[in-house]
Amino acid sequence: MEFRYEIEGGNFSRAGHASSAVKKILKQLNVDNRVIKRVVVALYEGEVNVVAHADKGSMLVDIDEQRIKIRIEDTGPGIPDIDLAMQAGFSTASAAVREMGFGAGMGLPNMKKNTDQMRVTSEVGKGTQVEMITWFSQ
Amino acid sequence: MKIKTIVELLQARIICGANQLEAEVKNGFASDLMSDVLTLDTDHLVLLTGLSNLQVIRTAEMADIFCIVIVRGKKVTKEMHQLAEENRIVLIETPYSMFRAISVLHDGGLNAVY
Repeated sequence: MEFRYEIEGGNFSRAGHASSAVKKILKQLNVDNRVIKRVVVALYEGEVNVVAHADKGSMLVDIDEQRIKIRIEDTGPGIPDIDLAMQAGFSTASAAVREMGFGAGMGLPNMKKNTDQMRVTSEVGKGTQVEMITWFSQ
Repeated sequence: MKIKTIVELLQARIICGANQLEAEVKNGFASDLMSDVLTLDTDHLVLLTGLSNLQVIRTAEMADIFCIVIVRGKKVTKEMHQLAEENRIVLIETPYSMFRAISVLHDGGLNAVY
């Protein structure tokens, strides 16, 4: 099954809509609650990243019996140094984002921690793509 | 610790989830930083926070957090109330500061996450 969600940059009141929808689907499919939590935490972090940094983005979710594959891509400033962005504590978030309780430089490392495979690609001035795969049974 | 004990100890007001007053929680965590909350492996806990916005409820939804206490007398918005209700999250407002709320709950037997 495939699902696609649009993510609006800068709109914090809608941040989490896509992740919430995916959580409901995984619950309906009776996926283990611990796996659901890992997947949706990673998704939500990714969604917040798009809202916090990009102009707009989308989330493409592909679920089969064994795994969930997610592709989040955005149109935005891109990441000049991905290794640096993956370091815990490194952040370029604005004061407004920090006021929302984010922007501590934990997002990307936490997404990696909560997925089985993650790949980040980015082009400065164009946008960022994140692909994540999590298997339902370990 | 029962939710109703938390409400009593904090002289708090329960905003939603009043039907879950008898439910038990073992652990508490306190932060204004939702990024920190999202790194927790424990779930079904009480989150104390001085932050009052929709992302607090979203974070709790994703992290399977059962009960949120908003400290320092901050008010819950209508949108927060609605989203918490949809996700069966207990939402509580207390006039106590973060420090006082934590010490009262810890003295009452609520454990730290780590």
